[in-house]
Amino acid sequence: MATTRLDPAPEAPAPRGPHARRASSRVRQGFAERIAPYAYIAPFFLIFAVFGLFPLLFTFYIALFDWNPIGDQTYIGFDNFTRLWEDGRFWNAAGNTVSIWLLSTLPQLMLALVLAHLLNHARLRYAAFFRMTMLVPYITSVAATTIVFAQIFDRDYGLLNWLLGLVGVGPVNFVQSVPGSHLMIATMVIWRWFGYTTLLYLASLHAIPRETYEAAAVDGAGGVKQFWHITVPSLRPVIIFTVVTSTIYGLQIFTEPLLVSRAAPLTCGPARECQTLTLFLYEQGFGVFEFGYAAAVGVALFVMVVALALINYLASSRIRSER
Amino acid sequence: MMTSTPRSRSRRPVDRVRWWTYALLILGAAICLFPVYWMFVVASTDTATATEMPPEIVPGGNLPHLVDLVFSTVPFLRALVNSVLVAGTIGVGHALLCSLAGFAFAKLHFPGRDTLFLVVVLTMTVPTQLAIIPQFLIVAELGWVDTLQALILPGLASAFGIFWMRQHLSTALSDELVQAARIDGANTWQIFWRIAFPIVRPAAYVLGLFGYVTAWNDFLWPFVVMKSPENYTVQIAIKALQNSFDIDLGLAMAGSFVATLPLLVLFVFVGRRMVAGIMEGAFKG
Repeated sequence: MATTRLDPAPEAPAPRGPHARRASSRVRQGFAERIAPYAYIAPFFLIFAVFGLFPLLFTFYIALFDWNPIGDQTYIGFDNFTRLWEDGRFWNAAGNTVSIWLLSTLPQLMLALVLAHLLNHARLRYAAFFRMTMLVPYITSVAATTIVFAQIFDRDYGLLNWLLGLVGVGPVNFVQSVPGSHLMIATMVIWRWFGYTTLLYLASLHAIPRETYEAAAVDGAGGVKQFWHITVPSLRPVIIFTVVTSTIYGLQIFTEPLLVSRAAPLTCGPARECQTLTLFLYEQGFGVFEFGYAAAVGVALFVMVVALALINYLASSRIRSER
Repeated sequence: MMTSTPRSRSRRPVDRVRWWTYALLILGAAICLFPVYWMFVVASTDTATATEMPPEIVPGGNLPHLVDLVFSTVPFLRALVNSVLVAGTIGVGHALLCSLAGFAFAKLHFPGRDTLFLVVVLTMTVPTQLAIIPQFLIVAELGWVDTLQALILPGLASAFGIFWMRQHLSTALSDELVQAARIDGANTWQIFWRIAFPIVRPAAYVLGLFGYVTAWNDFLWPFVVMKSPENYTVQIAIKALQNSFDIDLGLAMAGSFVATLPLLVLFVFVGRRMVAGIMEGAFKG
């Protein structure tokens, strides 16, 4: 559908000779030339309209219905939302989502800040190697990662519990405990994204003149002082960017909680220990086929994402930009 | 490996790289690589060994057997082909469509341009993943459930890609060059195809790679849309293998390994470019 828009714009109607002046070109432009820019940007807008914006608006609409994919659709007003408000499973999922998001975002960004600071050293050797390895988690598939981490965190055969056993702890049942499963999922998210974030920060650090650090060093500022007084303030825009994007994506986490619990995947554990909102949405939509109710979860999630992204934007904008 | 190389010793002590910098970075690199290595270890030992305590941390010789098993348990080869088709088309689509749109926004003048570009940027912040119910209904309405185009079309272009290509085009291609081509009688399409695209091909290539990786690793959407095993992508095939996790731990790991290997190999060749792509940072503003 969208691909047809890729067709070359029709040939220019009247080829302008070498003497045609710039001033007249606008007047002489044929219809095809005038619509060409719109044709070039059309594919994106079409795709976004069909698969992004329209579905989003439609979610708000469906949420007002008792919508069964095979049965009928009855308008029920805000009943889905009242039900959601009183649904303990919803609040549980909302709590899990925020908990996992907090556990993964803060350490990830801190880790990235420190690593970027270290990688930014002018005389660092093997810098290219370190940068490359940081991107390995990003290209490793989420599904594969999740299975590996689930194995590492396994109660009976997991590497981590074996190590904990050596120091006399455990065995811990990570998968079926609330803090354990949240920690496990957060670990996966951190592992996946910290290298990517590090490289983003590093890119911005390259823009800081070397002399700034050298002058600070001459003035006797050590690594830690340089980190807080030069690195962090200079990264303000990119920190805001990563905080906001990690809010938008982090709150929609789905694959990890789905795959960590083999016993009850759709609820991420028999007692919904790590069921996130997107997983709850999926369970209501494609598990029990209550599309209207699932859409209401989508609306609630939307409100939450927008609100938290905004709060984070405002909060991280307060980072002092010194110098 | 430590800091006392002749080179750093000749510098002022203040900007010497301390040994703990390397220690921390090596630790970071090890953390990045370990899960992938571990995947390989478990995928190459039999279940009895994999469940022994203390765990075996050296690869065994069971990988070929398990990989065979992976391909016979679920249609994994089909899944690999599907993933290559989907991710490949999305990668190429990204490179071409986003370059075209980026070109229009960077170098063409048309009414509404700035407003439309603002809209593109704003769409980046819209969390569309949670509209999964209507997305599914639309695809069902189109009769595309369980088809590859349901995976390909939504991913063909992205707001970020347009932003990225516009950034590159506005710096790499001068207005004078566009103007000169116009005076020589080239139309807009010819200017894009013969002048603009060749100039920004490296940036488009990196964008295509990111599109490829994102599509290859996508899970939720294929999980919702794909029904029959022969239409699975590798991610869904891994999920299917995971159902046999209790029976054979190594099997799920071997599947994960097979699904990760193609990207790892690709990464060895294009990793530097991807790093450079991120480092070039369309994020500085």
